[in-house]
Parts: sequence; structure tokens; C-alpha cells
Amino acid sequence: MIVEKTAPAEDASQVIHANFGGTVGDLTVAEPRMTARNVNVHYADKHAIIDVSLDIGRHEVVALIGPSGCGKSTFLRCLNRMNDTIDSCRVSGEIMLDGQDIYDKKLDVVPLRARVGMVFQKPNPFPKSIYDNVAYGPRIHGLAEDQSALDEMVEDSLRRAGLWDEVKDRLQQPGTGLSGGQQQRLCIARTIAVSPEVILMDEPCSALDPIATAKIEELIDELRQNFTIVIVTHSMQQAARVSQRTGYFHLGRLIEVGKTDEIFTNPQHKLTEDYITGRFG
Amino acid sequence: MADRSTTTLDKVNASLARRYAKERRFRRMGLVAIATGLLFVLLLFTSIISNGYSAFWQTHVKLDITFNAEQLGIGDARDFEALSSADYAALVRASLKEIFPEVRERKERRKLYKMISTGAPLLLREMLINDPSLVGSHHAIWLPADDDIDMLVKGQIDRTLPESARRLNDQVVGWVDRLTENGVVAQLFNTTFFTAGDSREPELAGIGGAITGSFYALLVTLLLAFPIGVATAIYLEEFAPKNRWTDLIEININNLAAVPSIVFGLLGLALFINIAGLPRSAPLVGGLVLTLMTLPTIIIASRAALKSVPPSIREAAIGIGASKMQTVFHHVLPQALPGMLTGTIIGMAQALGETAPLLMIGMVAFVVDIPGGPLDPSTALPVQIFLWADSPERAFVERTSAAIMVLLAFLISMNLLAVLLRKKFERRW
Repeated sequence: MIVEKTAPAEDASQVIHANFGGTVGDLTVAEPRMTARNVNVHYADKHAIIDVSLDIGRHEVVALIGPSGCGKSTFLRCLNRMNDTIDSCRVSGEIMLDGQDIYDKKLDVVPLRARVGMVFQKPNPFPKSIYDNVAYGPRIHGLAEDQSALDEMVEDSLRRAGLWDEVKDRLQQPGTGLSGGQQQRLCIARTIAVSPEVILMDEPCSALDPIATAKIEELIDELRQNFTIVIVTHSMQQAARVSQRTGYFHLGRLIEVGKTDEIFTNPQHKLTEDYITGRFG
Repeated sequence: MADRSTTTLDKVNASLARRYAKERRFRRMGLVAIATGLLFVLLLFTSIISNGYSAFWQTHVKLDITFNAEQLGIGDARDFEALSSADYAALVRASLKEIFPEVRERKERRKLYKMISTGAPLLLREMLINDPSLVGSHHAIWLPADDDIDMLVKGQIDRTLPESARRLNDQVVGWVDRLTENGVVAQLFNTTFFTAGDSREPELAGIGGAITGSFYALLVTLLLAFPIGVATAIYLEEFAPKNRWTDLIEININNLAAVPSIVFGLLGLALFINIAGLPRSAPLVGGLVLTLMTLPTIIIASRAALKSVPPSIREAAIGIGASKMQTVFHHVLPQALPGMLTGTIIGMAQALGETAPLLMIGMVAFVVDIPGGPLDPSTALPVQIFLWADSPERAFVERTSAAIMVLLAFLISMNLLAVLLRKKFERRW
């Protein structure tokens, strides 16, 4: 049997890096909620994000797509400084939230994370009751004046996450006893309970079945009325369904960004075209 | 094509037999290993229990005691001072004289009186002090027999041996037989063993003092080692930056866990007794030394418990804006606590069984009184076992085994508690 010789991956990346002429498409929007400029991220020796600039507008859903290991999750985690928890991670460049540099040394990350909430890939409710899961954020930030206000907040968040009708009779039962899709909606309810401005979602449906996924996607569309959402997804159909703008990441670079329907119907960059037509990734 | 697949199948089948044989062999070896382990445990328990169970009973002799004021030498006085210094041994002597009127020679009489424990007069004294109105009255009272008599009744002294090779001569054996025929010899539950402190007389010796000493020492250990150990673990695991210093500290903690315990005893002697001037033989010092010894165990177990909390829980808390402190105390700690408690209980069980460091700080002294606080001189349970194992009296042999049984019972129940805690708080996420 003859083994076909394939070019090592390093060669491909060198070609991309050598010939890269900057992100294709318009990365700015009018009145952005968040702006990232020339963001670079290093993990120890690895250069994970290279010169990424991107605006995130108000009340829009931005989808970040790309093959595994391309840096889209890393970029997402820069937006609320979740990467701070990783010792070897260094971030440079500028990320602004409403005109304020979030990597400013004087800035306190605790209120930042209340303003930029996050939903993770694997549903991770606290091993506490459903009520306590949602009430935790308002409690630590002191958002509710009394018990009835807290009750209201919990109910409102669960309603907006589309979970209220399913759990209203068992609020005191553990959140970990819910199904995977319900757990993820509980995590979304927990995030929106502190009324963030931006919600970051890191592949929120990758552990869910199609029905639960459809519910979350529907929910994302509704949440857009009140929040700005950045979602990382491996499913191109999902990106097409839920987002208004899409960015394509490849080997740490933002290759192309633009309106979702344009990206999927008329990609400008060869790599984007290859990816969305399924030639690799 | 067909041929090839057949030969492959044959090869697989041939190797299958070999693989299964290997598996069977391994399983058998495992069973043998477990059986050997169990056998040794069984041997240990059988030997300890068969040696020690008889110590829970003590031979008593029922004597007719008349609280004769004249014999007591108290005249008409009934006050505490008179009663506490009265001659109670005389009452026992009088009673024995009545049963054996034919024993007249001084030497023989002394042997006769020796049959009853020297603790018996103290018992009578206590009775009378509690109730002075008993003076003049007449009672049949069960009094503890001397340890040699106890051994004879329990069959530990071989009657077939020539008289000269026995601790009791034929005459005394005859007296005991006569008392037994009279139905005044019985084995009663040995409460003294659990309530008394140490004594030179086996029938008066107990583990009460040692248990109290161990209790105070462990209390000190628990109060110090648990908070310090858990705080250290939380700091190192959750807050400390990962650099050369924390690596060094971690290595040292692991090394500390492997330091022979007697070295901790030496350290305690130098530090707590010589420099800090704390009293010798005190459970406080014992507790401090055991704290040093237990800390690494608790820190290592607590760190492992913290490490096992899934990072997703931390991320969830941080992601909605909990501070580091809130994340740790609201979410990580409750998840890690069962593991920490398990580690602590196992550390405490280790401390309970530790002897060597306590020898160094003087908890090996002969202490008759039951300690009233952590500063009173005292021994600990394992040290008491060590002391008794060294005693020549035959009756201390069974008491040593009995004390080991008590120690093992404590250790087993502590370990059981650890298992129960783990089972109860085990959570899935």
C-alpha cells in the first residue's frame, strides 16, 4: 500500500501567515458595544490569537466559526477576561466595552463579568437548587432589595430563558437533576439574571440533542432584543440560523467577517469558502 | 480471501486461549493476595481477642463486712476526716478471719489477706464516705480479688505445675477452691478497667486515664490541625501563584508527611517543652506534636479534594462575576468538604494510634490520676498499651490485649465515620 505524502500542517500555516493580507470584509459596525483591536494571545510558547480586530454591535448575534483549535473560543474568553484564570495566558491589544478598556489595570474584573456574562459548552449548573442557581448572581451582586424582588428576578430570568413553565413547581430541587437542554437553559437564566450587556456563548449546544438545540436557538433569537450575543459554534447551520454577522477564524487569525447571509452565500476568502463548503474542517 | 480470514480467525482463537489463561492467572493471584491479607487480619484479631476478652471480667469475692467502728478505729467520730483515714483493711481482715478461723500463723495470715485486692479497702472507704450511716451495719459485698487469684480462677495459672513453679502455693489454691465451693467467687464485669487510671496492681489498673489523655490530645490536634490544614490547602490550591516558591512548599509538605513520627517528638520536646516551657507529659504538648504530624496528611487530602472539584463549577461562578473568594467559599469548598473531612478523620485516626512522639515528650509517665484538663500529666491509649506490654504481671497481658481492642474499636469507628461521610456527601454533577 502506498501512503500518499501530505504536507505537514506547519507548512499550511506558514503559507497562511506569509500571505495573510488582513481580515477580509468590514469588521466595524456603527455604535459598537464592544471593539477588539489587534488582539494577540499567547499560551506559554503558543501564539493562539494573532492580530484579531472585530466590532460587536448592539442587539446583534455575532457567530464565530472555524475549525477546531483556530482560536475562536480563546478570543471569546478574552471578551470577559476569563483567560485571566489561566496562568500561562497573556493577552495584548485593546478590547473596549462601551468605550472602556477592559484590560485596563485599574478595571475590576468582577463587575466586568457581571456586564459580560458567559454560557459554557457543557451545562454547568451549581449543585444547588434551581432557585439558588438563578438567584446566585443577584445575591452576590446585591441586585435584589428583598426576598420578593429576588423571587421576581428568578421568575423573570427563568421565563426569559423559556424554562419557567417546566420548573416552576420544583424550584427547590437540584439544578443538576434537569435534562441537558434544561440545564443549559438554566445556565442561560443564571447568566441573564444579573442583566449583563453582552452574553458570550461557547458552543452552547454541542452537548445537546436537536430538539434542545432548537429551543436554545429560538431563545438566542429572543434574547437579542435585550442583549448582545457572541456565539462560538461548530455548526454552520446554527451560525446561519441565529446570527446576523459571522467571523471565520483560521489558525489564530480572523480570516473573514461579514453579514451572515453574505458569508454563507458569497465568501470572499478562499479559506472561508473551503470551510463552509465542507472541503476541510 | 476465504483462506486468509480462516487463518486469522484461528490465530485469534489461539491467542484467545492464552489471553484468558493470563486473565485467570491474574485473577487467582489477586484472590490469593486478598486471602493472605484477610488471613493476617483474622490472625491478628483472633490473637488479640482471645488474649484480651477475659480482661473485661474481674474475679470478685463476696465477703461479709461489718462496718465495725472499733475495728475502723474511728470511735464515735463520723466526720469526713475520721472516715477517710480509718483502717478499712481491718474490716477485710476480720471478714477473712471469720471464714478461715484455722489460719493462725502470721505468714499464712498475710497470704490470706493478700487474696483480696489492696483496692478493696478503698472501695469500702468510698462506700462509707458516701453514706456514713452505714457504720455498725452488716453487708455482703463483692470485692475484687488479687490479680494472682484472678488468674487462677480464669485458668491462667497451671495447677498441674509443681508448687514451687507456681505463683500460688497449694494452700492458697485450697482457700480459693473453698471460697468457690461456698459460692462467693464470681467474675463480674470489670468497670474499673474503663474508669480507672493506671496502677501497679493489675486489678486496679484501667484505661480511663489514658482515654482521657488521648481525648484531650486529639481535641487539641483537631482544633489546630483542621483549620490550619484546610486553610493551607485552600491557599495553596486556589490562591497561591504557581511558581518556584509554591513548588518548594509543596515538596516540603510532601516530605513532611514521610518524616518518622519520633522526629516530631524530638521537635516537640525542643520547641514546646524546652523553649516554650510548656509542662511535660501534658496532652496539650502531645496535641501540638500530633498536629505537626497530622498537618501534612490533612493538607494533602484537602488539596486532592479541592483538585477533584470540576473546573466547570469554578468557571460558572467566575462567569457570572463571583470573586475568587466567593467562588472558593460558595462553590468549591462545599464540594471539597467531604473529602477534606475524610482526610482529617484519617489523620486523626493516625494521631490516635501514634506512640513514638508521645514517648519523647514524657507522656509515657506512670500516671494514676485521670487528667482533668489538657495541662495535667497524662498518658495516651497507645502509650498505655506500650507500658502494660512491658509489665511482668500475668494479668497485664490480658489487659494489654483488651486495651488494644479498645484502641482498635476507636480506630475502626473513626474510619467507618470517614466512609459514611464520604457516602453521604458524595455528589454527582
